Amino acid sequence: MNIDSIRTGIVIDHITAGRAMRLYDLLDLSSLDVSVAIIQNAVSHKMGRKDIIKIDADIPVNFDVIGYVDPTATVNIIRDGTVVDKRVIGMPEILRNVIRCKNPRCITSTEQELDHVFRLSDRKHEIYRCIYCETKAN
Amino acid sequence: MRSVIDILDLSVSELDTLIATAEDIIAHPADYAEKCHGKKLATLFFEPSTRTRMSFEAAMYELGGNVLSMTDAASSSASKGESVADTAKVISCYADIIAMRHPKEGAALVAANNASIPVINAGDGGHCHPTQTLADLLTIWREKKRFSRLTVGLCGDLKFGRTVHSLINALSRYEDMRFVLISPTELKLPSYVKEESLKAKNIPYRQTTSLEEAMPELDVLYMTRVQKERFFNEEDYLRLKDSYILDPAKMTLGRDDLIVMHPLPRVNEISVAVDKDPRACYFKQVLNGKYMRMALILKLLEEAAS
Repeated sequence: MNIDSIRTGIVIDHITAGRAMRLYDLLDLSSLDVSVAIIQNAVSHKMGRKDIIKIDADIPVNFDVIGYVDPTATVNIIRDGTVVDKRVIGMPEILRNVIRCKNPRCITSTEQELDHVFRLSDRKHEIYRCIYCETKAN
Repeated sequence: MRSVIDILDLSVSELDTLIATAEDIIAHPADYAEKCHGKKLATLFFEPSTRTRMSFEAAMYELGGNVLSMTDAASSSASKGESVADTAKVISCYADIIAMRHPKEGAALVAANNASIPVINAGDGGHCHPTQTLADLLTIWREKKRFSRLTVGLCGDLKFGRTVHSLINALSRYEDMRFVLISPTELKLPSYVKEESLKAKNIPYRQTTSLEEAMPELDVLYMTRVQKERFFNEEDYLRLKDSYILDPAKMTLGRDDLIVMHPLPRVNEISVAVDKDPRACYFKQVLNGKYMRMALILKLLEEAAS
């Protein structure tokens, strides 16, 4: 399988091997009514092994989720068989409603309509903390 | 709208100004007796508190203002399921400033994000309690006249103790500070506080389980209570609650210029006999807390008006 096989869609490439399923879940790709291919442990010259996700439609994707799960992943936007945009997302400063705070003492545990918001507190160690209670995301 | 949720919401220069204001209030109380005339402070306390609520209320009265008080969540709309966000919007229609305590971490931030008046966090679960830290800072300043060349011992519950985390965050912004962290293994300071406040700034610290061993090197000893309400498991609480008790025998190990602080209430971690020791400063801390709350209320109301 290669990028050329998609006419119009999105290829998330250079995903650290083993992280594709987490990305698939957080992007809620199972709810899409389009073809989605997950390639795990593909051979990579740069990375040794990598995962790839191919989405066979140009749908809106939450880039913050990609940056959170794997800041080194690249996103290729394909239109008419051509890569029209290619970008490395990097770690977003703020994550809104991507992950949920699991601290039972956090205000988000009782106020159901509150957004779950995490801020990047340590870029080097890829640590996000809840803005309300400072609990580390895991 | 400016609110204070965490001690780090205030810059070092703002802390200096608040301390200067508090000192001026102490020296010239009459000059401040009408500063908040016609203003209302709403004290929203969703969990029991005597000293913090009364301190805020006394502070507002001494500034010539009035107080609207909610002392019991059971008798408020919260018991009917009203959200913190809605409560903050409603109270904004009645008062000029809010002081809020809530058992959930982050509740004060939610209130601040929804209120149209300043919100002061008077304690959100085990998370932050910035005005206690203001009281602590004024006490250290008045007793030591400096925020440098100090070895500060923090003893007791360093894991759940919100006052400890806030005080470390505040003091770690000053030069030449050193910390001794005294606690049982189960109640050690969380690693993120060590990482973000101490290691990130190369501030020297050491951890020990022995209060006796630490006593001789301390300029400040900050005692804390092992708080029952922070435990899910009563068995753990009972096992750890008497870990450290400061008594006259241990005080003999401390320097003559040591100061002993405690955010209060104490249970038995400082023996009553220590109260007579001139180095015991915890009741001065209570009074200093009122002056710093006066200074903070003034500052936030002035900023809101400008």
